[in-house]
Amino acid sequence: MEHEITLVVNGVARRVSVPARRLLSDCLRHDLGLTGTHVGCEHGVCGCCTVLLDGQPVRSCLTFAVTVDGRELTTVEGLAGPDRLSPVQRAFAECHGLQCGFCTPGFLCTVTALLAENPAPTEEEVLEGVSGNLCRCTGYQNIVKAVHRAAELLAEES
Amino acid sequence: MTTRLFGEPVARREDPRLLTGQGRYLDDLGRDALAAAFVRSPHAHARIRDIDVGPALDVPGLVAIYTWEDLPERVGRALPLLIPHPALTHGRTAYPLARHVVRHVGEPVVMVVAADRYTAEDACALIEVDYEPLKPVVGLEEAVQGAQLVHDDVPGNVGAHLVQEVAAADGRGAREAIETAPHTLAFRLDIERSASMPLEGRGVYARWDGHDLRVYSSTQTSTSVRMAVAAALGLPLPQVEVIAPDVGGGFGVKIVHPWPEEILIPWAAMTLGRELKWSEDRREHFISSAHERGQVQYVRAGFDDDGRVLGLDVTILHDHGAYTPYGIIVPIVTSTQLLGPYKLGAYRVEFSAVYTNTVQVTPYRGAGRPQGVFCMERTMDKIARYLGKDRTEVRAVNLIQPEEFPYDQRMTFQDGRPLIYDSGNYPEMLRMIKELIGWDDFVRAPGRGIGIGCYVEGTGVGPYEGGHVQVTSDGRVHVSTGLTSQGQGHETAFAQIAATELGVPIERISVVTGDTRRFGYAVGTFASRAAVVSGNAIALACRKVREKALRIAAGALEADPSDLQITDGVVHVVGAPTASIPLSTVAVLANPLRYAFDEETAKATQFSGTASPDRPPVAEGEEPGLEGRDYYSPIRSTFAAGMHAAVVETDPDTAEIRIVRYAVVHDCGRLINPMIVEGQIHGGVAQGVGGALYERMVYDSHGQLVNASFMDFLMPYATEVPHIETAHLETPSPLNPLGIKGAGEAGVIPVSAVIASAIEDAEGIAIDRMPISPSELFGLRTAHAR
Repeated sequence: MEHEITLVVNGVARRVSVPARRLLSDCLRHDLGLTGTHVGCEHGVCGCCTVLLDGQPVRSCLTFAVTVDGRELTTVEGLAGPDRLSPVQRAFAECHGLQCGFCTPGFLCTVTALLAENPAPTEEEVLEGVSGNLCRCTGYQNIVKAVHRAAELLAEES
Repeated sequence: MTTRLFGEPVARREDPRLLTGQGRYLDDLGRDALAAAFVRSPHAHARIRDIDVGPALDVPGLVAIYTWEDLPERVGRALPLLIPHPALTHGRTAYPLARHVVRHVGEPVVMVVAADRYTAEDACALIEVDYEPLKPVVGLEEAVQGAQLVHDDVPGNVGAHLVQEVAAADGRGAREAIETAPHTLAFRLDIERSASMPLEGRGVYARWDGHDLRVYSSTQTSTSVRMAVAAALGLPLPQVEVIAPDVGGGFGVKIVHPWPEEILIPWAAMTLGRELKWSEDRREHFISSAHERGQVQYVRAGFDDDGRVLGLDVTILHDHGAYTPYGIIVPIVTSTQLLGPYKLGAYRVEFSAVYTNTVQVTPYRGAGRPQGVFCMERTMDKIARYLGKDRTEVRAVNLIQPEEFPYDQRMTFQDGRPLIYDSGNYPEMLRMIKELIGWDDFVRAPGRGIGIGCYVEGTGVGPYEGGHVQVTSDGRVHVSTGLTSQGQGHETAFAQIAATELGVPIERISVVTGDTRRFGYAVGTFASRAAVVSGNAIALACRKVREKALRIAAGALEADPSDLQITDGVVHVVGAPTASIPLSTVAVLANPLRYAFDEETAKATQFSGTASPDRPPVAEGEEPGLEGRDYYSPIRSTFAAGMHAAVVETDPDTAEIRIVRYAVVHDCGRLINPMIVEGQIHGGVAQGVGGALYERMVYDSHGQLVNASFMDFLMPYATEVPHIETAHLETPSPLNPLGIKGAGEAGVIPVSAVIASAIEDAEGIAIDRMPISPSELFGLRTAHAR
């Protein structure tokens, strides 16, 4: 049986009909065509599928789409401003915080939420903040650097 | 805007799309394709008595179910043995779907095609396979006893046995040299399994239009997948195209091909006349792709009072899992690269590649080197400890000296060619790493130790790669090479090479990799070879284009080609910048036209007066277009090197191990982009930390992989990886035009050796295993105290 739901994704209301078991990650990727959200483990450990649900990072692979009917979602496709990349995105590019790019959308969403809550995190807070996301390429050093740089950019631009 | 970009930390050109969710990974393609899922063996070793697909037939949305019996003869053949070797006397490969017998948990048995993945998995769950379980072979030492066999026709479970021996200068063999040495040591080392574990699993998507087949695969070699698919499906090569889209990490596992799914998905897409896709899930990746590392090593060393190694004798049992599709490359690499930066008196190495009822073993970043380096560096530390010498002093007396290059290790390397080191400066590297970590000033304390590890890495193996460079009439430069990318920043590094060679702003250059529509001849991305082999091929192709551009421009400017140079995409006379012609116009002139499509191209048409009526429009020996193609085929591998050092602290109560500092000195010849090279090193070190402290594949006695999830297979998070301090030494390679060596695998290679060295220093207990967990260290302490 299918359920009609409405998801407000990146500011746009999207109506979609899904079975109850449809994962939010699959709904975003396959029903709505927003393939920027990636699926790395489907058991909630790697963090690749992280999206923002009402501003909070969640694992979209551990969320049924029907449970977020009517809620607001931000995916990696919705992070950039109208004219340029967001400070977090720019910082990742500047600091070489990505290689293959597969885990990157999850990190970007996680870090966006982290800096919204704590605009000037300490080294420890940054490490803690990204410690729910796996990256197999970068060794994290440049990701951590990028988080600090993003905090700087946000401060400069606010 | 400078175009001398070689060596600059240019920002990555891949990043804008990857940062905005616009990357195109395998599962992002084919939104309307049918989905495949597989029934995989739950047994490590079993005979298939019967498969009953009946219960699955009523699943709504089911399209097809296939077992091995359903496959045409050509499709159902055993998968190719990619790298045959005379010593691999009993090479064995799997069938695309299990034929009668399964030999590891996860082996594919049935393929289901359905409207979507959910439905396909529903059907899989209803298919009943009747197995007759056989006793599994698990564990290296059990396997070599040969009481149970993985393959009935492989006695003793030994697929390959190879001995390589290099005698001392006086002609004595290693065993004799050890017997007569002033001091000897003998010990055993144990190395666990790990795996590449890219965050994107494997995946295949195929489209058949009735005549042509297009396959997308998350692979490290699209050209070779193409040949394998064409052969298996009986299609002429020109009717098959294979594209590696954005690939979410490889680290070795995706160089293996053709995977069962790379044959089955295209075949089913053709058979059904429908687009079909399969994306591997994480559990599938754990139990049905590939692992690496697992070895047991028995070591004997003879040495003099200075710690100089007079003889080394190593016997390796290499766990090859159930199959050997990639030949015996991993143990060959272990055997040869074990020598590191050292010149030994005599060396003998012997390995047995052993079958077990576990996932097959194929290269994972480092590809046998971490094991070899672990062996050699543990040996160096043990010699130092035995003689009461500083560990760096023992290494120093064994190092190859700068004036001894090229240095012939007198062995056969993984490419079948002599193991001759091209260049390096190991004493300087040792000085640098000691300085960087503060070796001589280190204050030792209980629970605080320092360690070191050195390696040499053969990189840039052949046989070849090619590059194609085309300047179009809009002044853009299109570069392509056949090998693939999995995050190494090739679009940036290769564009830097092209910008520098051609004198064109990088913004006008685009790079395509891994797409057989653009470049059909290639080998693949592995063995730290892309920058060396494709980088040089692209440079050579650019030089051809530059020469042609100068020749055409010389005609137009009535100048001598040797007086011309290209700056910012404009050909001009040196010292007379107004006498110039943009490359875009040169590209137009390079292609005589009958039909114009804009004002610029009108210059190349037949009444424009630009061509002499007395000569053919395309002169003899020329080709239309401003483009060039060239290949680089190295005579031998080029040898990069590095030395790492670390400080660790161990908790006196919990035995928790913390890496306090980590330092790297690295030499990969000339750097194309230091930012990218450092990123590669960081990532390698992080994987090395995983291998040193956390990652292992835990099989129970039934051959079940009990930690087949990210919950239980522990990969490092940001909280586990130390800050990495890096310094570069640049010893150019004399073997290639750009003087570069590979860097991709480097970071991972010595990490287990370094961490073991540091823990041993902190604890005063021999560390002979990798990885080492807190509970294992605790156990060692308890045993040591008794």
